[in-house]
Amino acid sequence: MIDRDQVLHVARLARLRLSEGEVETMTGELSGILEHVDRIAKLDLEGVEPTTHVVALQNVLRADVPRPSLAPEVALAPAPEPLDGAFRVPSPQADA
Amino acid sequence: MAGLLELTVAEAAAKIASGEISAAEYFEAWHGAAAGDELNAYLWQVEDPANYEVEDGPLRGIPVAVKDIFCTEGAPTTAGSRILEGYRPPYTATAVRQLDAAGARVLGKTNMDEFAMGSSNENSAYGPVLNPWDRDRVPGGSSGGSAAAVAGGLAPCAIGTDTGGSIRQPASLCGIVGLKPTYGSISRYGMIAFASSLDQCGPLTRDVTDAALLLAALQGRDPCDSTSVGIEGGIAAPSREDLRGLRFGVPGELSGDAFDAGVRENFEATLAKIESLGGEIAEVTLPSAEHGISAYYVLAPAEASSNLARYDGVRYGRRSENSADLLEMYENTRAEGFGPEVKRRIMLGTYALSSGYYDAYYGQAQKVRTRIAEDFAQAFAAVDFVVTPTSPSVAFGLGEKTDDPLSMYLNDFFTVPMSLAGIPAISIPSGLAAPEGGGPELPVGFQIAAPAFAEQKLLEAAYALERGIGFEARPEGVDG
Repeated sequence: MIDRDQVLHVARLARLRLSEGEVETMTGELSGILEHVDRIAKLDLEGVEPTTHVVALQNVLRADVPRPSLAPEVALAPAPEPLDGAFRVPSPQADA
Repeated sequence: MAGLLELTVAEAAAKIASGEISAAEYFEAWHGAAAGDELNAYLWQVEDPANYEVEDGPLRGIPVAVKDIFCTEGAPTTAGSRILEGYRPPYTATAVRQLDAAGARVLGKTNMDEFAMGSSNENSAYGPVLNPWDRDRVPGGSSGGSAAAVAGGLAPCAIGTDTGGSIRQPASLCGIVGLKPTYGSISRYGMIAFASSLDQCGPLTRDVTDAALLLAALQGRDPCDSTSVGIEGGIAAPSREDLRGLRFGVPGELSGDAFDAGVRENFEATLAKIESLGGEIAEVTLPSAEHGISAYYVLAPAEASSNLARYDGVRYGRRSENSADLLEMYENTRAEGFGPEVKRRIMLGTYALSSGYYDAYYGQAQKVRTRIAEDFAQAFAAVDFVVTPTSPSVAFGLGEKTDDPLSMYLNDFFTVPMSLAGIPAISIPSGLAAPEGGGPELPVGFQIAAPAFAEQKLLEAAYALERGIGFEARPEGVDG
């Protein structure tokens, strides 16, 4: 159903680093689950409207009125590395 | 103090309102009971309840155990995950604020499957919760801590979340009442997202009256959640005494091998009880329900893979140390912070949404969802309710299903279709049955589903049936 290369590709898309062991178990487990799920891929559902949302709501709007929000220092407090009103992160390039 | 703990929430609230008991002494009694938690039901408990002021309202002085998926300002909120270890949210979920406004207060935060992904509570990063009926068995999940706390005499009531059965199934396995309201009845603001089109908050209580009391306080439209609409007319205490004039539909697709013999026997006895109370049993068909699990295990992981992209070590939670660059930091943080089930679902969801597979999986699953909603609409044209067992078996053993994710997923067979259709469903205890492998008898749950926003009618029927069944059993050592 799904092979090792696909697992590694999907893991990259999901920003997950998997260990060798995880790649192996994931390949087997995902294949088993997909085999079950594959039943719906084979159903003839031509013309059926997809459901994205179960409550009949459209364009829920509110008045555009300014109201207080979290203070910057409160919003930054749970961050692993807040810095001068911003979130500090490692450089996007290893050598930079 | 045992006398106080035996009261239902409705009884205690009445006594507090009349001044017969004080809010402080009632809260203290539960605070003491919760401190004796041997089930790993709590991840955090309030330290000094004496300092808490309570509002005047229908829940004045009532302690509530809150699933650790609800943000509580200043108090730890982990969603059962390592990646949120140490996180203290800067705001409180609307559901919890509404309980506060009604006079209730948080007793503690309850253990759960990581990010609500699981049916046994074994996926918590903080260890499994034990079932108060048999500590070698699971309490169900993902709201297992909330269910075990109420069943185990550690809280008078609790709230949880249900995405595919996460309130109803643990309520069933622990012998209490669990209600998943219609999608949109309660705000999701501040409720950590798993699958946003399915997630719904609801109460776990000792009886149906208490479930109604909590739902009355929880429901409502919230400007912070544009998908919330509330329940028109609110919720009143149920009082119906019989089931005359009501039709209960049993899906014809419920075949004998779908569930254990003990569960089947109890289900049939409960149908007979409905008839003895004047209700009518009819057969309905839900032809697409058999594809519910497949559709659910595409849709929920797909939404989860998107929702959980936010845990990247930048704004909150844990960050992996010593990463050479930003990408490595993301990948290491997520590898270290997420447990195996969460990784599995992120992978499954990312795969289902990836280029080339989207139409075959996600698109098809959305169409199956339409079909299942149509099945229910058709059934409700002929009957008032659809009924099933809540879970195919009684509580299973710790570790029994952890090696086989698919068999764990099939636990949600009876609860997932209602979630996909967005309709309300309640599980009430309907008796005890012996597990397949033998051993002492354990609770069985009976599920009743109703049309969208028909909560009052659902609660009335559940109340009459609850009185008819007269379920009195409690785990050893638990009063009340």
